[in-house]
Amino acid sequence: MHPVVKLIAQRLSLGLLLLLAVSVLIFVGTEMLPGDVAQAILGQSATETALRNLREEMGLNQPAITRYFQWLGGILQGDLGTALSNKKDIATEIGARLGNTLFLAFWAAAISVPLAIGLGLLAVRYRNRWPDKLISGVTLATISLPEFVAGYILMYLLTVKFRIFSPISTIYDSMSFAQKLNAIALPVMVLVLVVLAHMMRMTRAAILNVMQSAYIETAELKGLRPLTIIARHAFPNAIAPVVNVVMLNLAYLVVGVVVVEVVFVYPGMGQYLVDHVTKRDVPVVQACGLIFAAVYIGLNIFADVISILANPRLRHPK
Amino acid sequence: MRDMADKPLLDIRDLKIEATVYPPGEKPKTMTLVHGVSLTVEKGKVLGLIGESGAGKSTIGLSSMAYGRGGVRITGGEIFVNGRDILKGGAQGLRELRGKEVTYVSQSAAASFNPAKRLMEQVIEASLVHGLMSKSEAEARAVGLFRKLGLPSPETFGDRYPHQVSGGQLQRAMTAMALCPKPDLVVFDEPTTALDVTTQIDVLMAIKEAIRDTGVAALYITHDLAVVAQVSDDIMVLRHGRLVEWGTTDQIINKPREDYTRALVSVASHEHAEKPSAGNPVLKVEAVTARYRSVPIDVLKNVSVEIEPGHTLAVVGESGSGKSTLARAITGLLPPMRGQMIFNGRKLSNDLAGRTKEDLRELQMIYQMADVAMNPRQTVATIIGRPLEFYFGLKGSERDRKVQELLDQIEMGKGFADRYPAELSGGQKQRVCIARSLAARPKLIICDEVTSALDPLVAEGILNLLLDLQKQEKVAYLFITHDLATVRAIADSIAVMYKGQVVRYGAKSDVLAPPFDDYTDLLLSSVPELRLGWLEEVIAHRKMESAGN
Repeated sequence: MHPVVKLIAQRLSLGLLLLLAVSVLIFVGTEMLPGDVAQAILGQSATETALRNLREEMGLNQPAITRYFQWLGGILQGDLGTALSNKKDIATEIGARLGNTLFLAFWAAAISVPLAIGLGLLAVRYRNRWPDKLISGVTLATISLPEFVAGYILMYLLTVKFRIFSPISTIYDSMSFAQKLNAIALPVMVLVLVVLAHMMRMTRAAILNVMQSAYIETAELKGLRPLTIIARHAFPNAIAPVVNVVMLNLAYLVVGVVVVEVVFVYPGMGQYLVDHVTKRDVPVVQACGLIFAAVYIGLNIFADVISILANPRLRHPK
Repeated sequence: MRDMADKPLLDIRDLKIEATVYPPGEKPKTMTLVHGVSLTVEKGKVLGLIGESGAGKSTIGLSSMAYGRGGVRITGGEIFVNGRDILKGGAQGLRELRGKEVTYVSQSAAASFNPAKRLMEQVIEASLVHGLMSKSEAEARAVGLFRKLGLPSPETFGDRYPHQVSGGQLQRAMTAMALCPKPDLVVFDEPTTALDVTTQIDVLMAIKEAIRDTGVAALYITHDLAVVAQVSDDIMVLRHGRLVEWGTTDQIINKPREDYTRALVSVASHEHAEKPSAGNPVLKVEAVTARYRSVPIDVLKNVSVEIEPGHTLAVVGESGSGKSTLARAITGLLPPMRGQMIFNGRKLSNDLAGRTKEDLRELQMIYQMADVAMNPRQTVATIIGRPLEFYFGLKGSERDRKVQELLDQIEMGKGFADRYPAELSGGQKQRVCIARSLAARPKLIICDEVTSALDPLVAEGILNLLLDLQKQEKVAYLFITHDLATVRAIADSIAVMYKGQVVRYGAKSDVLAPPFDDYTDLLLSSVPELRLGWLEEVIAHRKMESAGN
């Protein structure tokens, strides 16, 4: 078997194992919370009999380990359970929300990743000169600004001062694609500002590291242009560290956008999670936690796989 | 056209080069590396630049492309290539020059090729960037050069990645890369220094023939006079950034005018008289077989050697022959699968964890790379004091006194105790490593290529120090090296290793006396000799190919 296939298979199975461990943690964590679902449904004033009946009905009096496997078995078949607060099927609810979150994350990534890498390349080309300092300065300023501040400033400028966009980013199925894009323009901008600096600086650092190599000198002595050297000789060798940071930021775009969703009233996973935490809706919290963990682990494995594929020593063994 | 023909290809006039260095804890200093050197190279001629490290030879070589490494910059003089002052051409002018008129072959081709690109793409890149030929023409030329340089399956060689070919092949590929754009001048910067002697000879011959067949002019930079004598028409000797002597190759090696040149010519001709047998061996290695995990090949096959107290056993062979693996097996870092080792009359545990503190103390090691064998954040006193504390529990003034004693022994004297490794020269660093191993009062020191990274004159000093210390302390050395001159200068007995086996073993006088087995013959005949025509003679008389090229 090709060693790369073996390595990737290893990473994938490790990822699955990790996900299983996370599911245990999530289950144990919610198990340790005071009270249980029956208590949550019936409220503080419920009688002992009522609680007992309900527990019986929901299977809560079975041992935790049995319930864990029932829960896990359900998830594997696509059944995430029913929300306590509104009795709706969690899978369908999350389906729509996750779609919205991914839509937002996709556009934020589609803009920020090429922009960050391009700016990183430019910063290396004009290292320690004004373009480098300007890029570093501006991106650092935007990352230092909390998302809600950036969000409100942009909202003030682009919806109040200049009426270009709508301050509410809620999207519906009935909207056309263009309308949807128009609606999410503001949150996408905020997210781009938040993740840009990290990726840009990592790209810059990784390429600068490679620029010390002897083969960069070889390229210079061939009479190549500086930008050609950076793009053709330095960047391919800096892919692994850059991809790792890009994936961390993509994961953040999926699981960490609660604040932006709230600011712009965007119907995504974050808002859904926060709503149900306040309602103590344990099954929803468990399902969201598991999905976030899966996204995080999945993206990191993806980064690992790309790093493996980017390494010619692994791709073309002796 | 007459004008053009009369002008030298490369004409450097009164070149001055400076560099800014940043010593730790001090203000930046500006150092002059080259003090007004002038030279010319005619079309199709080869000029050898020779000197120790710090002589400025690489700096001068790179200046012919107006390139300076790190903080190095050209501060004075003129450099004409094809009659044009390249210092006045601006960035665009330099790009036109580099990779088109002048190309470069570095010492470490392994580091100079981009690991992420196929060889062919890199070899033809300069020709394409400068619009010298079409892609198919360039590829055809590259394949032709691969063939001329003796690379295996030249048609498909370019499809490989740098890590898929050997060091000797990479060095040839880099030569092909330099010749591909049909330059007027190639700068060869120690192109064979990093190779085994047996491989060096093949690469050297390939380079020599390529230079002859293409009619290109060359600057050939090396510290090895015997090597440069084989390829150059003229030789320039440099020291501390100044010209010492410049003449034809014949004149420099046969009738040197300057004392320094004479010292260079006579170096490495030391012979150490073999010591008589001293009875019970301090270390017996018995039929050791070892392999690395994950590689199902025996790297050591049934190796048996002995070292007597106060004697030196030299282990020679090319890279990959298992010399360093033998050291790892003896130190316990790589436990052998079969075989045993008797040290001082007691059986050594094969595994490092099973050894006593006494075993560890009496068996010390010195490495090739002194800089990476020391903690850069510790002073010399801390580095040397550590074994004194660890093995003998010495503390405070007692320890300091012993550290000073050791420093005196390695001829470094006062004022060095508080320095950091970065503030020492290469030779001084190696001396500190020697002092550190001596501090443990060992019975046996394993020296792994300890002089390979040093200049010849500095290396000679280290070898003499090791011999003196051996007389005083009665310590035995297991001396791993690929350099036969070093072996002659230090060994009492010799083990020749080839592909994991000891192919010849015995007292120095026996091993180095004919009749030879084929491999020892190859190894001995590959050591460059300082006379004209040596290279052609050796190539004509070879019985076998090197394993490592």
